[in-house]
Amino acid sequence: MDRPAGAFLAPDNRGSPIRVLLAKLGLDGHDRGLKVVARTLRDAGLEVIYLGLRQTADSIVAACEQEDADVVGLSMHNAGHLTLAPRMVQAVEKAGLGVPVVIGGIVPAADVPVLLNAGVAAVLGPGASAEEVVSAVTAAVGRRRTAPGTAAP
Amino acid sequence: MAETMSGIPLDSSYGPGLQPGDYPFTRGLHPAGYRSRLWTMRMFAGFGTAADTNARFHALLQAGGTGLSTAFDMPTLMGRDSDHEWSQGEVGRAGVAVDTLADMEDLFAGIELDKVTTSMTINGPAAICMAMYVAVAEKGGVGRGRLGGTIQNDILKEYQAQKEYIFPPRPSVRLVTDLIRFTTAEMPRWHPVSISGYHIREAGSTAAQELAFTLANGFAYVEAAVAAGLEVDDFAPRLSFFFNAHSDFFEEIGKFRAARRIWATWMKDRYGAANPRSLMCRFHTQTAGVSLTAQQPENNIARVALQALSAVIGGTQSLHTDSYDEALALPTEKAARIALRTQQIVAHETGAASVVDPLGGAHFVEWMTDEIERQANEIFEHIDQQGVGSMLEGVYAGIDDGYFVGEIADAAYRFEREVNAGRRIIVGVNQFTENDDDEAALLSIGHETEKLQLKRLEQVRCDRDDTAVQASLAVLVEAAQQPDANLMPPIIDAVRTYASEGEIVAALESVFGTYVENAVV
Repeated sequence: MDRPAGAFLAPDNRGSPIRVLLAKLGLDGHDRGLKVVARTLRDAGLEVIYLGLRQTADSIVAACEQEDADVVGLSMHNAGHLTLAPRMVQAVEKAGLGVPVVIGGIVPAADVPVLLNAGVAAVLGPGASAEEVVSAVTAAVGRRRTAPGTAAP
Repeated sequence: MAETMSGIPLDSSYGPGLQPGDYPFTRGLHPAGYRSRLWTMRMFAGFGTAADTNARFHALLQAGGTGLSTAFDMPTLMGRDSDHEWSQGEVGRAGVAVDTLADMEDLFAGIELDKVTTSMTINGPAAICMAMYVAVAEKGGVGRGRLGGTIQNDILKEYQAQKEYIFPPRPSVRLVTDLIRFTTAEMPRWHPVSISGYHIREAGSTAAQELAFTLANGFAYVEAAVAAGLEVDDFAPRLSFFFNAHSDFFEEIGKFRAARRIWATWMKDRYGAANPRSLMCRFHTQTAGVSLTAQQPENNIARVALQALSAVIGGTQSLHTDSYDEALALPTEKAARIALRTQQIVAHETGAASVVDPLGGAHFVEWMTDEIERQANEIFEHIDQQGVGSMLEGVYAGIDDGYFVGEIADAAYRFEREVNAGRRIIVGVNQFTENDDDEAALLSIGHETEKLQLKRLEQVRCDRDDTAVQASLAVLVEAAQQPDANLMPPIIDAVRTYASEGEIVAALESVFGTYVENAVV
């Protein structure tokens, strides 16, 4: 298949689009937002791997390795983000993947700096535009490329 | 209430021809509408441990309430115990945690269960919750036949929209019909299913899809119950519905009117119902949570008021109004109070309760009612064809082939793109965005609940007779393997041994399997 015009390229010079892995952690079943984000990113030229519901940190890490994902996007509507998001970041780090984690969903403003301090790359709240979603995800991948010590192999 | 604010006398309805109370009930179920009985202001609540919610229930009853409505937490809704790996961080957060009969005993302690009606919003493990409620009542000396209330028990929409499923569709529908058979025989005051479009709409469907998918699910349950040996008029009078009230005022009113008309004609013509009560589409309504904006949250009070008014003009039997802060968190007490006050203003100040179907006969509203019905009929035709003349099989097919989730996701994405392109204006989100600096005070729930609940569960497991638990689960597994056995009696026996919800679910999963969605975008 032809790459869509204006595709965002992955950071490893392999010439292929950014691969973004999208999932819901835990029991929360609100998947409307994540599906809209999936289509938005796909229409912007990214490659979307949609894992869907009831994932665990381990299942996401495994899928990340298998699918060679450049970035993980998690959607959270269950007020569990302060527990679950840092755990995800740690799992990714522990696996040595160096893949940024972006969070979207219902996150109160006061919790955003807490999540960023815990290593989350970006937090997208309700009402984020399509452009904001695409630029947050691509910027997270771009920072990974330029961050010292995390250069792609 | 029989006159306007200025003293103009009012009839209970206006216009020639079809009147409210006349088949097919397009104009309403009762001739006098809210003059004979105002809608029920049923506000949904639940949080923390069973003891926390029990205290809230007592406060509500002391304030004159006669109906309770229970929100369970995510682990309970998903049939997982509080100590399950998936439950971490979610115990007692979005509702009350119920693991065993001991929690249900705490939840309803000191409440006369023959004097109140209770609504329980739960689907996958509905049969288990129902069994616990019966066991608690009978332990307190109240026979099951005297219990009144509603259990949501609508599993089909879970595969389509809300995604709180446990087992695959067919054994899940067996549990639904087992519960219908059980309440029909032994609990005449109970409503065994609340067929829900609310979640379908929240997931992104259009108004016509909400209506059509919901009624199709309703037809599917009717077919399943008839196939299980019931006569349609034995159970259809106890079926009820649950719809969304979204922001497009006249479209919503058309939807509510079309719902009554379609249900009545299908029940009479296709399913041969003769009891007039079998033909009546009774529904609860909730304002659209998805329409609430995190930006400028106080604006949501106006949205909720208009949505509530559409539900009332549409003839709802009961109503929950959302709180303005719910795009951000569970509501604070103040926000929930404003939401209730909004209903009271609609009821007592606007005059909307004086005249039934006040917009009936308006060219636009009649056209909209017909148009929503026409779109719904196209969907019914598709489902019926897929099921080769069975709506139940058609719904199963639509779940298997991703029809429902695909249609809903398409509609959600279309809407989002329109908002993103500015073709659709959402006040405070993509227009009129200045002065968006108000921070609402939010409810926050601590981690103590989870610790308390884990300790409670451990204690119950310690105190109970494990042999009795295992024996009851073995009987349940055996019954589950017999397709004609009703699972309600063995589930009631199991909960009485203090077998946990998660243990009972695991026993059933050993026979039924676990449903995993085919994840498609």
